[in-house]
Amino acid sequence: MLPELIKRRLIKLVGAENFKDSNVSKLAYSYDATPQFQAMPDAIISPRNKKEVSQILKLCNQEKIPVVPRGSGTNLSAGTTPLKGGIVLLFNHFNKILEIDEENLTVTTQPGVNTLELMKAVEAKGLFYPPDPSSMKISQIGGNINENSGGLRGLKYGVTRDYVLGLEVVLPNGDIIRTGGKLAKDVAGYDLTRLFVGSEGTLGIITEATLKLVPMPETKKTILALYQDMDAAARTVSKIIANKIIPTTLEFLDQPTLKVVEDFSQIGLPTNVKAVLLIEQDGERASVENDIEKISFICKENHAVEVKVAQSEKEADELRTARRSALSALARLKPTTILEDATVPRSEIAKMVKVINEIAKEYDLEICTFGHAGDGNLHPTCLTDVRNKEEIERVEKAFEKIFEKAVALGGTITGEHGVGAMKAPYLYLKLGEEGISAMSAIKKAFDPNNIMNPGKIFAKSKRKRVVVNQTP
Amino acid sequence: MNIEQRSKIQKEFQEKMDYDELLNCMRCGFCLPSCPTYLETSDEVHSPRGRIALMKAVVDGDIEPDEDVKKSLDMCLGCRACEPVCPSGVNYGHLLEQARDIIYQNEKLSISTRFIRRTTLKGLFPYQNRMITMTSLLGFYQKSGLRSLTRKSGIMNLLPEHLAYMEKVLPDVPSKSEMKNRPRHFEPVGQKKKRVAFFSGCLMDTLFLKTNGATTKLLQYAGCEIVIPENQACCGALQGHSGEKNQAKEMAKRNIQAFEDANVDYIITNAGGCGSFLVDYHFLLKDDPAWTDRAKQLSEKIKDITRILVELDFHKKPLHIIGQIITYQDSCHLRNGQKTYTEPRLLLESINGSHFVEMKDADRCCGSAGIYNIIQSDMSMKILDYKMKHTTATGATTVVTTNPGCLLQMKLGIEKEGLSKKMKAVHIVDLLLEAYETALTKEELTDINEQSKISV
Repeated sequence: MLPELIKRRLIKLVGAENFKDSNVSKLAYSYDATPQFQAMPDAIISPRNKKEVSQILKLCNQEKIPVVPRGSGTNLSAGTTPLKGGIVLLFNHFNKILEIDEENLTVTTQPGVNTLELMKAVEAKGLFYPPDPSSMKISQIGGNINENSGGLRGLKYGVTRDYVLGLEVVLPNGDIIRTGGKLAKDVAGYDLTRLFVGSEGTLGIITEATLKLVPMPETKKTILALYQDMDAAARTVSKIIANKIIPTTLEFLDQPTLKVVEDFSQIGLPTNVKAVLLIEQDGERASVENDIEKISFICKENHAVEVKVAQSEKEADELRTARRSALSALARLKPTTILEDATVPRSEIAKMVKVINEIAKEYDLEICTFGHAGDGNLHPTCLTDVRNKEEIERVEKAFEKIFEKAVALGGTITGEHGVGAMKAPYLYLKLGEEGISAMSAIKKAFDPNNIMNPGKIFAKSKRKRVVVNQTP
Repeated sequence: MNIEQRSKIQKEFQEKMDYDELLNCMRCGFCLPSCPTYLETSDEVHSPRGRIALMKAVVDGDIEPDEDVKKSLDMCLGCRACEPVCPSGVNYGHLLEQARDIIYQNEKLSISTRFIRRTTLKGLFPYQNRMITMTSLLGFYQKSGLRSLTRKSGIMNLLPEHLAYMEKVLPDVPSKSEMKNRPRHFEPVGQKKKRVAFFSGCLMDTLFLKTNGATTKLLQYAGCEIVIPENQACCGALQGHSGEKNQAKEMAKRNIQAFEDANVDYIITNAGGCGSFLVDYHFLLKDDPAWTDRAKQLSEKIKDITRILVELDFHKKPLHIIGQIITYQDSCHLRNGQKTYTEPRLLLESINGSHFVEMKDADRCCGSAGIYNIIQSDMSMKILDYKMKHTTATGATTVVTTNPGCLLQMKLGIEKEGLSKKMKAVHIVDLLLEAYETALTKEELTDINEQSKISV
């Protein structure tokens, strides 16, 4: 609980209507989209401008009160679960796109803008903001920046990081700084912009962002390649890239995932095959046609049983939407759905898919796999029941093994979801103790009192996952 | 709520709430952009994900079921827009119903609320003869000059703004004898294609008797023989959604009995809300094994009027209305509960001489939601404002609805925006009947009507 005096000062800062600490409010902001993690904050606060953010942080820094910035809470790493209590900071008043600059090809926005709305706004001007996380209908751009979100178009266009040019950030001591700008070239000192992107709210609060835009591709085409053999599908992925074609999207779904996705979307996805690749190319019409033709050929050469071309944008959009719902659709099968984010170099995709299936068998678990095959970012997803303690133990062991294997193949423990609290125990696998201490040193420099989203990225103990945490 | 009530509610949550269904929500948040109250408040407390988290927290004992929990559940329109977009397939509507039922059963209501509930939900809606009497009183008010006197007196200004508008938009009430002596059996025009029963409803068969008349006429034109079982009851939706579940169950049983004897292909509804509640009877009666199967059989026969019309190719008949711009406001329960949204559009697009324009977010609730617009008037009016913005943007002269609640709400919206000279709200069957009869020559019409003894 916040001391009465602090509470009064916060209310004075933002107004009573922007401060909430009823039990229902605290409960409603005690979780994000990550299973097994929940903890009550002490209050929820919606500052109206950066000055208020600065004053809130100054006060919290003095009083050592944790601050958790939260967008729409769609992240899958418990990045916005207020594990140490404190204040959940919302951005509902930061909901404006400030400028679309057609000369410099940039958009300057507040963090609370919905990602899809932002995309639509720039597309209305013939411009294109490529990062498209599956949660884009719901997520806020500030959350995407903090988590360095990926998406279906990551293969060709990269991730959120590749589009952030400049930021306005409030530091834990209340200082407001600006990094980068509308510049293609800028080597003035350390690249703080890149440091803040993906920092998961542990270094400061982003209050404004300037993002890079690209011209809208002239056309796009979508195909679906069906396989009776998972290996063949995985091999196709490497072969396409080896043929020097970079599709916009190259997604992989296994049979169980296909079945539930079809159950939800009812668009006539084939459920009688073992694996499907959803492949998309965009660009100039002639080169898209050319690429799609080549890709279809490579698919068939690698034992695709069928290659279907989407007949209309509506059909293509249905396919993409269906793919985006994969995770949530899997929740139909079992009460608890634990999704992971293991990533390997794309040449190792076939190996990794195989390993995941072997590990699932070894630990007697149901693990479905789908993901962004083209960039090596896989989402092995375990269907389990949180009430079955014995099984959950096995799940943890299996995932630890999956991560070890991913790193051994030259991969990482998370490709796009972030470390948060969920992956914190495994960070050492990727960074080693030295890597972790280099990062902690940065964290200490910005946030000596550890008020910014504490309990994330850096785990107290390694190996053991934090299980459901419910501070009353 | 006192401590004793709270702990009793908590205990019942633990005993009665479907915990598997609560766990089914994996908190992905895909529901957020479809929830009108979340969009209006950007507050997780007023989102489906938030409400499910609250219900689960009450079961788990993490929070007490206090006034705020109740407020969050009360604020929900029950529009179920979150269900079709939920990839995990959570039956949110069922969870909401269960939770509300437990809370209301254990709540000490204020005397006035208790009075309103008892008189309307228990004493009025279940009894069609009382509905008729009550409606006739309204008719007396409208016809006797009392209405103009009341309006002139300025007494309406004392009521909250939206209630004053509501008084204005209520349709003219049919005469008592019309309501009492409504025919119960109709022959088809031409060859008989189906034998159907018509679920005539409580409000629809009194205040909107004219629309019910249009419905039976359309069914006749489409080739249906129609029976209207006399002992049918109100569907029970208002009771069910307001936590008067036992009352709703009684009415469900009465309806099952009434329609079983009718021996028909389909049971036709023309109110989205009623239809979807009837479809869900087997859930309502799931703890009553003697009735669940019978309820399921009834559910399978329920069909909205727009669906049977399309099935019988009514949209291919000549339909004609000149110079209207038509837009369609989805009934939440018809769309989300009965998955019916292409048929009304197909029918409207088939009308020649007029132009159909889809409004933005047509599938978003209008804010009527049973008696929500009376009980949660602030939120309801905010939601209506949004709706009216997009309705006007279409340039529509006619807003078409498929549920009496939505119809009144859209009429209220039109009145509130001062658009009554430019725009009207109608039930789809009224418009379709007009379109069909306009397309026929006078001779054809008389001929058809004589053939099948349709009273004009």
